[in-house]
Amino acid sequence: MAFDYDKYIRPGKLPHIWCPGCGHGIVMKGLIRAIDSLKLDTKNTAIVSGIGCASRLPGYMDCCTLHTAHGRAAAFATGVKMAKPGMNVILVGGDGDGTAIGGNHFIHACRRNIDMTYIILNNKIYGMTGGQFSPATPTGAKASTTPYGNPDPAFDIAKLAIGAGATFVARGTAYHAAQIDKLIAEAIQHKGFSVVEILDDCPTTFGRRNKFKSVIEMMNHLKEIAVPVKAAEKMSAEQLQGKVLTGVLYKEDRPEYTSEYAKVIERAQAGK
Amino acid sequence: MSRYELRFSGAGGQGLITAGIIMAKAASIYEGKQAVQSQSYGPEARGGASKSEVIISDGPIDYPKVTQCDALLAMTQEAANKYSHDLKEGGVLLIDSDLVKNVPPGNFKTVAFPIINTAKNDVGREIVANIVALGAMVALTGQVSRENAEKAVLSSVPEAFLELNKKAFSMGYDKAVAASA
Amino acid sequence: MSKKVAFLQGNEAASHGALYAGCNFFAGYPITPSTEVAEVMSAELPKIGGKFIQMEDEIGAMAAILGASLAGAKVLTSTSGPGLSLKQELIGYGCIAEIPCVIYNVMRGGPSTGMPTGPSQSDVMAAKWGTHGDHPAICLVPASVQETYEEVIRAFNLAEKYRTPVMVMPDEIVAHMRERIVFPEPGEIAVEPRKTPTVPPEQYKPYDTSFGDVPPLAAYGTGYKFHVTGLNKMQDGFPTTKAEVVQAEEERQVRKVEANVDDIVTFEEYMLDDAEVVVIAYGSTSRSARYAVNAAREQGIKAGMFRIKTFWPFPDKQIKALAQKAKGFIVPEMNLGMCAIEVERNAQGKAPVLGIFRVDGEPINPDQILEKMKEVK
Repeated sequence: MAFDYDKYIRPGKLPHIWCPGCGHGIVMKGLIRAIDSLKLDTKNTAIVSGIGCASRLPGYMDCCTLHTAHGRAAAFATGVKMAKPGMNVILVGGDGDGTAIGGNHFIHACRRNIDMTYIILNNKIYGMTGGQFSPATPTGAKASTTPYGNPDPAFDIAKLAIGAGATFVARGTAYHAAQIDKLIAEAIQHKGFSVVEILDDCPTTFGRRNKFKSVIEMMNHLKEIAVPVKAAEKMSAEQLQGKVLTGVLYKEDRPEYTSEYAKVIERAQAGK
Repeated sequence: MSRYELRFSGAGGQGLITAGIIMAKAASIYEGKQAVQSQSYGPEARGGASKSEVIISDGPIDYPKVTQCDALLAMTQEAANKYSHDLKEGGVLLIDSDLVKNVPPGNFKTVAFPIINTAKNDVGREIVANIVALGAMVALTGQVSRENAEKAVLSSVPEAFLELNKKAFSMGYDKAVAASA
Repeated sequence: MSKKVAFLQGNEAASHGALYAGCNFFAGYPITPSTEVAEVMSAELPKIGGKFIQMEDEIGAMAAILGASLAGAKVLTSTSGPGLSLKQELIGYGCIAEIPCVIYNVMRGGPSTGMPTGPSQSDVMAAKWGTHGDHPAICLVPASVQETYEEVIRAFNLAEKYRTPVMVMPDEIVAHMRERIVFPEPGEIAVEPRKTPTVPPEQYKPYDTSFGDVPPLAAYGTGYKFHVTGLNKMQDGFPTTKAEVVQAEEERQVRKVEANVDDIVTFEEYMLDDAEVVVIAYGSTSRSARYAVNAAREQGIKAGMFRIKTFWPFPDKQIKALAQKAKGFIVPEMNLGMCAIEVERNAQGKAPVLGIFRVDGEPINPDQILEKMKEVK
């Protein structure tokens, strides 16, 4: 029997706003399968986003959904989680929203290790505003604000998350659709702040400016550059040139923020 | 009107804001009067100029700042120079005699004794110089009773330092009485 | 039984007022001269099982309280000038998404870093015009430590009653001044509960106007699944660009407050019965004004004071009425004439408006006001 996505979609809220060829829908389906596989109670699951194409995702999901201001998803979500630590809190957003305007909230959510899962849909561009370069745009790439090629170096979002203290960091791609739900499910199950970066594409604003002839070519590019971490262990530095590691990149156990705050409450109430 | 205005002035870190707070607390919580304490301070936690003002009255206090000062404590030369000019005729100026060498002129009563040295040598801890000064100000201004002021001191300091502060307060009170005799 | 009394600073009293009102979540960022609120809340909230979080910046603090409020908490943040500027976008979010919250802003000198330890009253316009777009604004300006305590409670009540952000803005003098405070007994001051849905989850809409201009707000995690956005929205919370819906919703959001000014606006009239010279003052400046009015009366000047306790909505009706009989208004304020603009708007040329504007970090003293009274002919 085909998987029934509809039971997680809000009636009447489709079609979505995403362009043909955009990978965001693939990621949303992965998130739905992850929620389903973990049997999360949607009444007790908050999906929080910022602003941008990816941030429209929560609106389609039949959960407690919060479409916040540009860059602020992690900070709003921190408030939700602190007030209701028993809720599952999932964040969704793009690369610009999460690592430029929201970069400060992002790194501090990582540092606190608060039990939330942040799915970053990295399409390397500000899509909604028409294709300006983001902190994830590769050096040299063309964007509407880099007509002569991008002079900026790009963030490695997964490394940024690890450096800032996230205790579970994974990366997948929109091409590897079957892996997405597994990465997200593992991230949600992890106690602490988990980041899942999904490499995605924006054919409309990135592809056409950067000589991708079709959506299929962009998808194939994702397929070509992705190397699972296990496979990478057996590869030379030369072979890994231009490749991107996928799978679970980092995992550690470290005290989680809301549990630590519960101890603060205990100490305060004991008068210590 | 019964409005009485005090100013505690000196350098940041001398504990003058605390001294002002305790004086106001003594008046408003223990003496049954009304009191307002306010302050101004610079960005420095230590050093820089510091000023704490206390208004004591039998009735409601409107303007919370000093208009014409009845009693001034100056713990630095700079504070003495800066604030003695708006001291009321017949008011009282208390200075640390080691720190304020040039006594500002004016039609007010000046009382001087080595406040910091009293704390350091007679009480045993320099840190309670502000309570020595407070004891002296209580004696010189007569706005709150010695007993009520002592209660306010004891309810404002950490339990481990009750005796130290009690001693500092008494020393200050007695030295001011002796110095103004 | 005698009531509990204490000798407290304005900021400390604000914190205790919030706790009385049922505040159980605080997010903030250190800033002079309001940090004492964060310090008290960090100590007191965990004792009652509440939550305190120091966020990475002012914007994050505002975001966190909005998120927590949607999860059912009663929330507070505290800040001062530069922090208020940073919070403005999300204050607008709170207005359009209709999320109850209290913002306690201590007014210090500005713009920018200005004078961090100096008093000011120059944020009152930012309380209404700081965030972009049309939106309701409620701003309370207490003048004493006791009143700061009580007005913070009222701010929480108004935030819940009208489902909107409410600001409490003491100037630095009130915030750092210490006075005796008498604590009310539990239950003595009414605490407004949040209006929660009476319909089952499947029928719930977060902006359902069939319940009036202030629709009930469910909390996340209580069985209600709903959508919240900063976009113009429909009654079900989802974005829309339909002209008639956007117009109606924007008007409702403003109407929640504007149609209830008599419930929200508070003020004090002091010696106004026969007053020819009317001082309009707020915050610590009103204390200088009262002193000056008393002094003026002793000199035979018929002076009185209208003390603004609720700056927004502005007491238009009352000042329009005063303009009919006053010979002149005097508006002392620690800014370059913000309240004065509002008074002029209401005086409509019927009475002159004389300002005393100070932005040097010093309070306006009673003598300045008394001298100005003599200019009213």
